[in-house]
Amino acid sequence: MEHATFILGSYAGTAVSIALYAFWIIRRGRTLAEHATDAEMPWT
Amino acid sequence: MTSRKSTGTSATRWLGVVVLLMLTLLALCGLVFSAEDVVQGSTVRLMYIHVPSIWVAYIAFVITALCSATYLSSKSRSLVWDRVAGASGEIGVIFVALSLVTGSLWGRITWGTYWVWDARLTSTAFLFITYIGYLAVRRLGGTHRQRARRSGVLALLAVIEIPLVHFSVKMWRSLHQDASVANTNAKVELDGLMLFSLFLGVVSFTLLYAWLVLHRQRVLFLEDAVADRGLDAAILSRRDEAQV
Amino acid sequence: MSTNFRLRRQITVAVARKDLLIEWNSRILVNQVAPFAAIVMVMFAFALDNDGILQQVAPGLVWLATLFSMLVVIQRTFAVESADGALDALRVAGVDPGALFVGKALALMVQLFALETLLVATAVVLYGVEMSIAGLGMAFVTVIVATIGLSFVGTLYGGLAAGARGRETLLPLLLLPVVAPVLIGATRATEAAFGSGGASISEGWPWIGLLAVFAVLFGVVGAVAFGPLIDE
Repeated sequence: MEHATFILGSYAGTAVSIALYAFWIIRRGRTLAEHATDAEMPWT
Repeated sequence: MTSRKSTGTSATRWLGVVVLLMLTLLALCGLVFSAEDVVQGSTVRLMYIHVPSIWVAYIAFVITALCSATYLSSKSRSLVWDRVAGASGEIGVIFVALSLVTGSLWGRITWGTYWVWDARLTSTAFLFITYIGYLAVRRLGGTHRQRARRSGVLALLAVIEIPLVHFSVKMWRSLHQDASVANTNAKVELDGLMLFSLFLGVVSFTLLYAWLVLHRQRVLFLEDAVADRGLDAAILSRRDEAQV
Repeated sequence: MSTNFRLRRQITVAVARKDLLIEWNSRILVNQVAPFAAIVMVMFAFALDNDGILQQVAPGLVWLATLFSMLVVIQRTFAVESADGALDALRVAGVDPGALFVGKALALMVQLFALETLLVATAVVLYGVEMSIAGLGMAFVTVIVATIGLSFVGTLYGGLAAGARGRETLLPLLLLPVVAPVLIGATRATEAAFGSGGASISEGWPWIGLLAVFAVLFGVVGAVAFGPLIDE
């Protein structure tokens, strides 16, 4: 594949960015949820 | 029983698994299985993540606008709309940024430059800046309702402003009818597995958006709840101080 | 209906007069903003260091200097309000927000118009611009229509960003992208007026059209959105 660096880099970069964002959201959710009452979590 | 409390439910866990599988398939189809383009060669592979990225950004911003409109026009002013709008706006900014980067790399390979001043690219850059401003306004502080109102109005203003900017830039660039080395409107003939890969990208990214927005707005809900609790505690302790 | 309209017009005029009186008494525009704009024009010459290029891009420089100066003026016009909670008092008193909006925009228009006239004159002097009578007419029309649009949009976003508690820094980030159509349109029309790069006068009219659409759009939208935006 020509320009493999650009292309693979883009796929990897996109994947890593989204993964980091997703992990950040989940972690923040877990941290906040630890101190939350059940009333404050209507999705459970 | 779930041992750790989180923003997840069994529904979102299933969704997450499906999204992961589809994205893996997308990577395989995009990088390995699908053929190279006759004209563009292997750079067409970038399209399978670039197009879905900007697609998600558009969806995200439309949802932000719709939720803002719903919040502002409803009598109950339920903050759910504000939180979904905010979560969606944040996700939109991320995906616009991704599409600008992947698009820029595509341009570097195809035309030799990282940037061209054509209407679509310039408008996309404006979209990015505008919603960075939206996120900044959401962080101004104040009550949840103030945040909801300010950012809601801003999101609706963006609906008007973005097309206007796009039109102006189009009018402007039409003055510069130089030989389009950079023809951003070049149609690419896609068939078979390539077309499937593109659709797969769009669908999987849309599901990814759904997963992200669900979790993000729940986190916003928790953040607001914590802030409220902190405020209640402060008010109570103030009252206690007053009753010496 | 007609008393309602008359009341609104009275409010508009009263608000505009108040803002202009405050400006007249403090002379911030004359003493601080105009010199700032002039300095910006001089700095452009330092940066660009080429008489030919300077003359060609003079229209763009005029409008860039205008936009940067406008940020200062808008922040000023709202700082005045928040100083004693005047804006909140007006809202609580039930003053029609649309009338308030138009009043403040009118005052801003007058100030910006004065500023831009100065800047066009500065460009003629500093950058060697030569205008025909027709060009002067086009420049005049451009300034009027662009200023109306800038005033409306500036007052709207100013209400959101300017004034209290460290929100001022947000104004440039929010406002400058939104006024891009004005920058584009006013510069192209001014190029037609100045004859930069061989542009003819008639080429300016479509851009005046764009500026007019912008002005009308933000006049209407601003009057509606201003109320919710300043409600605290």
